[in-house]
Amino acid sequence: MKYLEEFRDLELSHKLADGIRRRVKPFQDREIVLMEVCGTHTMAIHKFGIKGMLPESVKLLSGPGCPVCVTPNEYMDRAVALARREDVILTTFGDMMRVPGSSSSLEKVRARGADIRMVYSCRDSLPLAREHPDKKIVFLGVGFETTSPTIAATLEEAEKQGVRNFYVLCGHKLIPPAMKALVENRDVKVQGFICPAHVSTIIGAEPYQFLADEYGIPCVIAGFEPLDILQGVAMLVRMIIEERPAVMNQYQRVAHLRGNPIAQQLLSRVFETCSSAWRGIGEIPASGYRISDALAHRDAGRVIDVEVEPLREHKGCRCGEILQGLIDPCQCPLYAETCTPENPIGPCMVSSEGTCAAYYKYVGIQPDLSKGGQG
Amino acid sequence: MCLAVPMRVEDIKGSRARVESAGVIMEVDVSMVPEVMPGEYVIVHAGFAIERLKPDEAEETLNLIRQMVDAMEEDERESKGPLGRIGR
Repeated sequence: MKYLEEFRDLELSHKLADGIRRRVKPFQDREIVLMEVCGTHTMAIHKFGIKGMLPESVKLLSGPGCPVCVTPNEYMDRAVALARREDVILTTFGDMMRVPGSSSSLEKVRARGADIRMVYSCRDSLPLAREHPDKKIVFLGVGFETTSPTIAATLEEAEKQGVRNFYVLCGHKLIPPAMKALVENRDVKVQGFICPAHVSTIIGAEPYQFLADEYGIPCVIAGFEPLDILQGVAMLVRMIIEERPAVMNQYQRVAHLRGNPIAQQLLSRVFETCSSAWRGIGEIPASGYRISDALAHRDAGRVIDVEVEPLREHKGCRCGEILQGLIDPCQCPLYAETCTPENPIGPCMVSSEGTCAAYYKYVGIQPDLSKGGQG
Repeated sequence: MCLAVPMRVEDIKGSRARVESAGVIMEVDVSMVPEVMPGEYVIVHAGFAIERLKPDEAEETLNLIRQMVDAMEEDERESKGPLGRIGR
């Protein structure tokens, strides 16, 4: 596909990796720990074998950037409770189906007759709402700043078209506050961030500036292809060695430093920031979106009454530590034992972009002791 | 979930456009990229074009990477090649 293949040039990728190797050689004992925040980066890094190309001293940790993985049990429990209502048709992105809640999942309640439809776009909910005027169509609004503008646009479209029976259960999260929470955790020792390509396409470079200015941590907005990631790593390594932290943009072909102002305006019209719970990490201030009061009549969390089961966390699951780059998946006692892609217990194993699922697929059951972990 | 792919715009009607990639044709919302023209590439995520792709910038990035590789091959200690643009 155009503008993908050019950035998958294997020969140039190896040359770039060799260049990084030469650059860190004089500092052999110095470990450089970078984090890719986004699950799509995690998947690409495994798929293209990037860790194997990089020198031993440059470590890549996976961060909390898989929306499915960080969606907490209480959200899933509410979604399950909504799906059980006879008058509700739930619409959702497919990867939410198997995410475990306290005692059930969407897949399980659908098997028992709940009407749940997987959609490619939030917008697909609107024709469904018109076809079923007697039902409440509830979309599960999950995702970061890449995705939330598409939900905001659909909410405004529903208003414009007068589609009265369309609602969103809002669980959207914001990436920069989670990065702040990570660097404030003293156990997390990240020296540089590979920032998510498409979140940054929406929000721009400015929201990361505090990381460089206040914490001395360089950030690079990088694309998802091997050359993008390797160039991003090279830019970070250079800034770390030269002690000149800044926010740089490797993904210039798509992301503007100012982001997409139309998408940003949509977000500020439709949502308000709020404190939000991240699975395994806990509450992070100003890290979530709630639907603004002007559109409260479309907020499923506020206007559709359900009884939500008592919260129960899964014993032994260490997704929270994995999401912060504190341990490798193989250090979780459940990994590849009771928790597998066929039978996931923790959310990091459910989504294909989850750290555990990517690890299981590309690394396997054997622990990869030389790379990527701190624990 | 944040995966988004470059697709070529075939035609545009109001805020909707037909886009194509590798033989797959679909209809997407282009209200977030109002200046887009047929023939251009957009980045499509969940049924919405979230940004335009700039071919000249793609070329420039590839050139920068080549220069970076050359510079790193040329001198191991001193960096000479450009590394991208500073955020602010």
